[in-house]
Amino acid sequence: MKNTAPTDSEVILGILNNSESALKKLYVAYFPMVLQLIINNNGNEDDAKDIYQEAIIVLYNKVKAGNFELSSKLKTYIYSICRRLWLKRLAQLNRYGGDIHDFQEHLPVDDEVELLNDRDIQFGKMQAALLLLGEPCKTIMEDFYIHNRSMQEICERFGYTNADNAKTQKYKCLQRLKKLFFQQK
Amino acid sequence: MSDEQVLELIEKYLNGEMSRVEKARFDILRKEDANIERRVQEHKQFTDLLKQYGERIELENRLNAIHDEIDVHTLKESLMAHPSWVVQLWRHHHSKISVAASVALFLIVSVLYLTGSFKDNSSQYVELKNKVDKLSRSNESNKSSINAIKNAIHLDKYTGTGTGFALTSDGLIATNYHVIQGADSVYIQNANGDSYKVEVLSADPQNDIAILKIIDQKFKGLGAIPYSFKKGESDLAEAISTYGYPGGRAEYHNGYLSSQSGLRGDSVRYQISIPINFGNSGGPLWDSKGNIIGITDAKQGQAEGEHFAIKSKYLLDAIHNIPADSLDDKVVLNKKSTLANLNEVQRVKKEREFVFMVKIYN
Repeated sequence: MKNTAPTDSEVILGILNNSESALKKLYVAYFPMVLQLIINNNGNEDDAKDIYQEAIIVLYNKVKAGNFELSSKLKTYIYSICRRLWLKRLAQLNRYGGDIHDFQEHLPVDDEVELLNDRDIQFGKMQAALLLLGEPCKTIMEDFYIHNRSMQEICERFGYTNADNAKTQKYKCLQRLKKLFFQQK
Repeated sequence: MSDEQVLELIEKYLNGEMSRVEKARFDILRKEDANIERRVQEHKQFTDLLKQYGERIELENRLNAIHDEIDVHTLKESLMAHPSWVVQLWRHHHSKISVAASVALFLIVSVLYLTGSFKDNSSQYVELKNKVDKLSRSNESNKSSINAIKNAIHLDKYTGTGTGFALTSDGLIATNYHVIQGADSVYIQNANGDSYKVEVLSADPQNDIAILKIIDQKFKGLGAIPYSFKKGESDLAEAISTYGYPGGRAEYHNGYLSSQSGLRGDSVRYQISIPINFGNSGGPLWDSKGNIIGITDAKQGQAEGEHFAIKSKYLLDAIHNIPADSLDDKVVLNKKSTLANLNEVQRVKKEREFVFMVKIYN
């Protein structure tokens, strides 16, 4: 694996065009920087993976949403997000000694991290609700609403002989999913 | 229209599957019926979230796949902050360096001895002795000022401490007899630092148990005792815990029951493997369900971490044998532990309220 960092515009165009190779280049290029930050500040490689992926997701969503303005180097941006996320995690774990050992320059990025956090909470609830929902509802919901499969395909997959039965089943599943989702605090 | 049909319409509408006429009709419905409008919004929000959730999971899977191709271990090695070469040299070769240094030292001393360098140094010795004397004098004066500071802090000059725990909420306390033996007066102190005067209600020197009673005017009673007292024997390897005041500081410890008898087959005691210290004497020994199974006795401690505890059966006997005339009421012990379903942390939080430092004044 060669570590030639992709140019910043290559990464952004790549994300916009769902390019797998651009995502991979990006990931491979800056992971060592983040690993270095975490393992030298009370963390291990698993923490580094978590934090780095969260940061990549922040970047990815921002680019996809079309409101990403690159005001600094991408490298600095990613480092700053990771640094912020890690400080937060350390504080949660009561492991923060009040001092962080830095390896790069960084910028203030509080807002973006908060945004991610809200969304993560929603996703966590959705995940829990889907798990509680059980089968076959879970798969029906995922097939229809996430993978955009048609009712016809779902009928065949679950062996419903009658499209109306499948529709009723889908409706019931959705009602239950909503209930499970909103019940959570 | 049933709820299900409404939803079907909304989905058709949102997915753009309606004909132009249908859509126009639905648009009017949306405008006129606030209820329908709200449901459209809600449904859109929820299904969007579901979709985004799906995309997130997919993205995470992609990232994990990329991550798995990275050799994190090697990378980590190369990124750790490495100590300087001097430190590394020492770490790898310290035994060799030590041997070399000893040999060198030996050679230097031998050469000095043989060449007569050690002769006629008496004036230097005298000087050295004076220096040592001076140091020891200043050490003496430091000691006395440290003591002065100690006294200033500890106006409370107890001469010994141990641990005790509540038997009843009206202030009966159990501890070891050796803790209060020969005391002029005894006080107990709770976690908040409040001290209460106690009297020794009964003593069982043979089994090293003493029962104290709080006789302080300001004592208002304890809450309900959360733990119960085990009549039978506990089993080998039972998980145990204690809370006490070794060195006058509150500490929690846990361990396991390592033998059902004490030294030389002493059937009054358990042997317990738990890191306790002087000052833990008289403390409670709980099993994992919050039953008192013994009184910790740090006095007989032997090897590292091996200690003894007086079985709760003998505590119950001692309570039974309290002379009736020294009691206001019959002693009623708590029969049911309310701690059985709590985790260790929650349990200790409750239990510690009923454990005291026993302070001895002579």
